[in-house]
Amino acid sequence: MPRPHYVAAIDQGTTSSRCILFDEGGNIISVAQREHRQIFPKPGWVEHDAEEIWQNVRAVMSEAVTGAGIEVGQVAALGITNQRETTVLWDRATGRPVCPAVVWQDTRTDALTKALGEHESLFREKAGLPLTTYFSGPKIRWLLDAYGLRERAERGEVLFGTMDSWLLWNLTGRHVTDVTNASRTMLMNIHTLAWDDELLDVLGVPRAMLPEIRPSAEVYGHTAEGVPVASALGDQQAALFGQTCFEPGETKSTYGSGSFLVMNTGHEPVASKHGLLTTVGYQIGDGPATYALEGAIAVAGSLVQWLRDNMGLISSAAEIETLAKTVDDNGGCYFVPAFSGLFAPHWRSDARGVIAGLTGFVTKGHVARAVLEATAWQTREVVDAMNADSGLDLTNLRADGGMTANNLLMQTLSDVLAVPVIRPMVSETTALGAAYAAGLSTGYWPDLDSLRANWHKAAEWQPAIDEAAREHEYRNWKKAVARTLDWVEQ
Amino acid sequence: MGETIQSVERAAAILRLLASGPRQLGVAELARGLGLPKGTLHGILRTLVHVGFVEQDPATGKYRLGATLLHLGSSYLDVNELRTRSINWADALAGRSRESAWIGTLHEGHVLVIHHVFRPDDSMQTLQVGTYLPTHASALGKVLLAHDPYAEPAAPPLRPHTKHTVIDPGALEEELERVRTRGWAAEMEELVDGEVAIAAPIKDRRGVVVGAIGIRGAVERLATDGALHMEYVSYVRDAARAITRDLAR
Repeated sequence: MPRPHYVAAIDQGTTSSRCILFDEGGNIISVAQREHRQIFPKPGWVEHDAEEIWQNVRAVMSEAVTGAGIEVGQVAALGITNQRETTVLWDRATGRPVCPAVVWQDTRTDALTKALGEHESLFREKAGLPLTTYFSGPKIRWLLDAYGLRERAERGEVLFGTMDSWLLWNLTGRHVTDVTNASRTMLMNIHTLAWDDELLDVLGVPRAMLPEIRPSAEVYGHTAEGVPVASALGDQQAALFGQTCFEPGETKSTYGSGSFLVMNTGHEPVASKHGLLTTVGYQIGDGPATYALEGAIAVAGSLVQWLRDNMGLISSAAEIETLAKTVDDNGGCYFVPAFSGLFAPHWRSDARGVIAGLTGFVTKGHVARAVLEATAWQTREVVDAMNADSGLDLTNLRADGGMTANNLLMQTLSDVLAVPVIRPMVSETTALGAAYAAGLSTGYWPDLDSLRANWHKAAEWQPAIDEAAREHEYRNWKKAVARTLDWVEQ
Repeated sequence: MGETIQSVERAAAILRLLASGPRQLGVAELARGLGLPKGTLHGILRTLVHVGFVEQDPATGKYRLGATLLHLGSSYLDVNELRTRSINWADALAGRSRESAWIGTLHEGHVLVIHHVFRPDDSMQTLQVGTYLPTHASALGKVLLAHDPYAEPAAPPLRPHTKHTVIDPGALEEELERVRTRGWAAEMEELVDGEVAIAAPIKDRRGVVVGAIGIRGAVERLATDGALHMEYVSYVRDAARAITRDLAR
C-alpha cells in the first residue's frame, strides 16, 4: 500500500504563523504554531520582523510534519495564505530585509494617503480600493523615503513584497506574488491584473522593485526538500476558497475581532457604489480571475471583549451568550460600536459609539443582546450593499471564525439577514483554502467539484422572526446609527 | 438548632476576619482579633492552608485568603464556555466518525444538549441545541448520571422509550457502575429504534465531570453485528480526553 499523502498550508497571520496538514478529505492532521513579536515603535505604528517570521515559518513547517508522524516526502503540495498588505522590503543580493515590515494596521501613512486625496477616483477605478492607510503602495513610498532606498529600488537592488512574496522568495528563490495579494497594493490595475504605470507614478514606486504577478494556484517552485510550492492567497480570499464559494453570489463571513465579508462576483470586477472594495478572489492556473466584493466590520468580537475587559460584565467571551439569554429580547436597547468611526458602507470617521434606547427597564442582559445584535446588523448593512452592487441576492451566509461558537449570534444573524446561516465542518477555512488551491495545482484534488464534495455543514440556522419584526428592528438600528454621526468635530 | 462543631465555627471566624480587610494577618493578630489562643489557631490554619482556603505568605509568614476560596463561588463551567472550548474537537469527532456529534450537560434531571454537529453527509438535519434528552435512556445521560456528584438516582418511574430502555432502577445502577468502571457509556436502541449512541465524560481541571460528548447513528453503521465497533468508542474517548486536556490548561 502506498503511503498516504497530505497537503500543507502555511497560514502567516498578523500575530502568529501556523502550518496545518490536511488529508484528502480536508480533515486536519496536525497543527504547529509560533507567535512573532508585535513591535510598536510609536502610537499607531505596528511593525514585524520579516526575518523572524521566515524563521518561524520554517520551524512550524517542520513541526507540523513531525507532529503528524510523517516524512516530508509525504507532503504533496504546500500552499501559502497570509496577512494582507503588510509590506516587506529586502536586499536582492543578500536576501535580508532592509527595514522593518510595516503591518497593515499601521497608520503612519495617514498624512500620505490624505495628500493623495486628489487621486481618490483614480484608485477607486483602477485599483478598486478606497484611499486608506491599510494598503501597501503608500507604505512602500514611506519606507523608500524614510530609509533613503529609492535609488537602490530603481536599480532593482531592493525588492518589495507582501508576506506571500517574502515567503515565496525564501522558499523558491523567485520574486513573485499572487494576484489576490497584488490586488491589495493599490499598484495593480484590477482590470488588467498588471502593475499600472499611472498608479506607480502617483505613488512614486519604481517598477524594478515589484514582483511578477502570478495566479493564486500554480507551482511557483519547490522547497529545498522538493515539495512543490503551489498556491498563495490573501487570508480573506483563502477563506472564500476554503468555504468553496466558487459561484457568483456565494459569500463567506469570518467573525473574529473584526469581521470580513467576501462575496464571489464572478469573472468581471464590480465597482462598488456603496463603499465596499473590489478585490481579486482567486485565479487558478491559466483560468480567468474570479473577482469579489469585500466589506469589513471593524468591531465585532472585539465588542464582546470590550464588555468583558472594559465593563467587567462577563468574565469570558463565551459568557455573553449566557448573559444575553437571561432576557428574551434587547429591551429596546441598541449598541452601535463606532469606536473609531463607521466603516463600510457608511465611511464616517466623525462617528463614535452609541448605546441608544436606554430606559429604566434595560438590564445588562439587554445590553448583551444589543452587543450581539450589533454584529448581526453590521453584517446586514454590508450584505445589503453587496446585493445592491452586485445585483446578486445572498441566498445563504457561510460563517466561520471564533464567534460561530455563539449559537445566539448565529440565530440572530439568520433572523436579520432572512437567509440560512451555515457553519462549515472545518473551521480553519483560511488554511484549508490555501491547501485546496495548492492541491488543485498539483493534481492532489482533480477539480473544484471534488473540493465541494469535501465541504460539509456542521450546523445551520434558519430565520425565525417575521418580516415585520425584522423591519421594525432594522429601522431602530438605523436610528441608532444616525445618532453616532457628527460626534467628532473635525 | 442542633449541636454545632466548634472548630468549624472557629475556621469560619478566621476566614471572615481575613476577608474583612486587604491586609495579611499574622497568628498574633488573628489570636487577638478572635480572642483565641495561638495554639488553637495553628491547627485550624494548617488545615485551611491544606485545603487551599488560606495561603501563607512565605516571606512574612502572614495569612491571607487562598485562591481556591476566591474561585469557589464561580467555579462552575458556563455551558457556552464549554461549547466554545469543545467546538473544534466536536467537529473533528463528527469528521472522523462520519456521524453526528453531541455535547450535553445535566440540567434539572435531564440532559441539556449544548452542542450538536451535523452528520457530514449533507442530508437534511435540524440543529438540536437546547433540546432535552432523558438521562436513563441516552448515552450522554448515563455518563452524566454515573458521575453526578449529588448521586441522585434518575427520578423513577423510568419511562420506556423503546423495548430496550433500561427501566429497572437496579439494572440502571449496575449499568452506571459499568460506565464508571470502563469510562464510557453505550445506548443500544434505548431511546430510538435503530439508533445507537456512545458517550464519554468531559472533566474540568479539578477532575469533576462537567459534560459528556458522544456520537449517535444508525445501528447498521455503528454496531453491525449487534456489538459496537470499538473504533467508534476510541474516537469518542479521544475527543473527550482532548477537551478535558484543553480545560485543564
